[in-house]
Amino acid sequence: MQTRLQTIQNSIKHVNPLDTVKRWSWIAFRALLVTGLCFIILYPLIQKLSVVFRNRSDMYDPTVLWIPKSFTLDNVIKAMDTMNYWIAFKNTLFISAGTTLLQVLSCGLAAYAFARLRFWGSEVLFFLVIFTIVVPPQTLMIPTYLTYRYFDFFGILGWFGLDGINLIDTVWPFIMSSSLAAGLKNGLYIFIFRQFFRAIPKELEEAAYVDGCGIGATFFRIILPNAVPAFITVILFSFVWQWNDSYFVSLFFNKEQVLSTQVSALTAQIYQTITNDPLYVSMILNTGTLLVLAPLIIMYIFVQRYFVESVERTGIVG
Amino acid sequence: MLKKNLSLEQRKAWYGVLFAAPWMIGFAFLFLIPLFQSFRFSISTLKLATGGFITEYEGLANFKTLLFTHPTFNRTLVEAVSKMLVNVPIIIIFSLFAAVLLNQKFKGRTLARAIFFLPVIIASSAIAGLDSNNFIANVMQSASGAAEEGGNFLQSFELEKMLLDSGMAKGFVFYLTGAVDRIYEIISSSGVQILIFLAALQSISPSLYESAKMEGATGYEIFWKITFPMMTPLILTNTIYSVIDSFNNNSMSGLISKTAFAQFEFGHSAAMSWIYFLIISLLLLIIGWIISKRVFYYD
Repeated sequence: MQTRLQTIQNSIKHVNPLDTVKRWSWIAFRALLVTGLCFIILYPLIQKLSVVFRNRSDMYDPTVLWIPKSFTLDNVIKAMDTMNYWIAFKNTLFISAGTTLLQVLSCGLAAYAFARLRFWGSEVLFFLVIFTIVVPPQTLMIPTYLTYRYFDFFGILGWFGLDGINLIDTVWPFIMSSSLAAGLKNGLYIFIFRQFFRAIPKELEEAAYVDGCGIGATFFRIILPNAVPAFITVILFSFVWQWNDSYFVSLFFNKEQVLSTQVSALTAQIYQTITNDPLYVSMILNTGTLLVLAPLIIMYIFVQRYFVESVERTGIVG
Repeated sequence: MLKKNLSLEQRKAWYGVLFAAPWMIGFAFLFLIPLFQSFRFSISTLKLATGGFITEYEGLANFKTLLFTHPTFNRTLVEAVSKMLVNVPIIIIFSLFAAVLLNQKFKGRTLARAIFFLPVIIASSAIAGLDSNNFIANVMQSASGAAEEGGNFLQSFELEKMLLDSGMAKGFVFYLTGAVDRIYEIISSSGVQILIFLAALQSISPSLYESAKMEGATGYEIFWKITFPMMTPLILTNTIYSVIDSFNNNSMSGLISKTAFAQFEFGHSAAMSWIYFLIISLLLLIIGWIISKRVFYYD
């Protein structure tokens, strides 16, 4: 009697050895796959990191593969000098932070209007937002440049017989385009925000109205705290893409130095000022690239928790 | 500005206009007018003059030059578009696969996710351009012995031989091995897509999976009967995003910028960007039409 009970218990416990094998082999395969893919993503970074601190002579030493024999900050110093790193860093930080702030505000407000404060024609306008995402920025490149080169808001200066103002090499193009939600990929940000705002229950807002909260106050005190993941996502995207962007920066800046243009010009500069050895040039170039990315990676390490979490809860999805 | 006797609905509408006003001004001033100007430039020659610029109407001359006499335009255009057409399906399949993988429960999932989204941060036009011909990286690969068969690191010479020997169609094998060879490029351009798919996977109601399991569906069936149909709207979104994202950093946009700011052929550059834009919109329409016929909407 007891043995029969045990066999029944056993048969309940151990489902089927084949299933166990299948499950474990899938786990092993998945682990291999995930590690492999992570390795491919990290490989270039690890490689750069290994190059940054090596001495020039290590490059020709066949016994040095990954870990340098003689640690040195020589590459870092040379790359920083040629790139004018700290000035470029300050400019980039200032522009990225400023545009991020303005874009989040302008896109968030517009998206809230499209999501909840419907007005006559807002559907059509939202369709136009999508249209702005689809048009390649290159199509607008020359007119955008000319707009800021001879800046004249809707031709007002022209009425007084004045010439347009030259705003190239100032921060005004960035301030204007981002506060008017017409900057880099702003259509996408409006889209993300709108999807998110639509997922917030209407009852929350209604409760706020009943309690005598105005519409503006409702947005800032009810919607904002409830949409933190969306804000983090957009802030991260906006900051990072502005940081890495070379399209707008090279359009609006001729003389001002920012990291993305400095690193693009680095190769030519090293050839001119430091060395002719292509291996050494490449070494300094890798150092420069890592110097551009380092602040972003450090920031990402701190933010990624919220970012990954925000994915779990969002409705980036429509 | 807002009077007290408006109803809440009306007040909301007015606030809506107010909130969207910056975007509307920006749209008119920094999008619509430039778009119109760009079209005007494409059918004229543009000359810079003191305090402004002059345009002379040329008709379709710019377009004719580009299509029939320009040395590199046709080739670059075909290259850019065909590269996009080759890459987009791989990106979509890979990012869907990666999202399904990252959605499962395993140890170190948070870390794996953080690493998979890293390309969103580090893959940018400026950096990617520099990395594509990284001299030192190649030297290090050959030094570390990764290139034993004379091929490159992460290359699929053996795989290609094996697949060809097993009698698969040549075109398909080269497509596949090409994808494996460009795995870094593919991964680094699918960060946002993985993000979107992952968010969508999490929004699928677990009760669907539960009932499917009760009925005895296998994992394979669950994927094709539940996960995949629920993902189709996002496949559309992601395909469109990938197509648009491919403009950011390709040879075509490089040629457009070079023509404008190195050769000062503003008319040609504008015409190029219009041809490019029209082709892309046509492709988007076709792709959107094909996919949206198969899209399944739950509600």
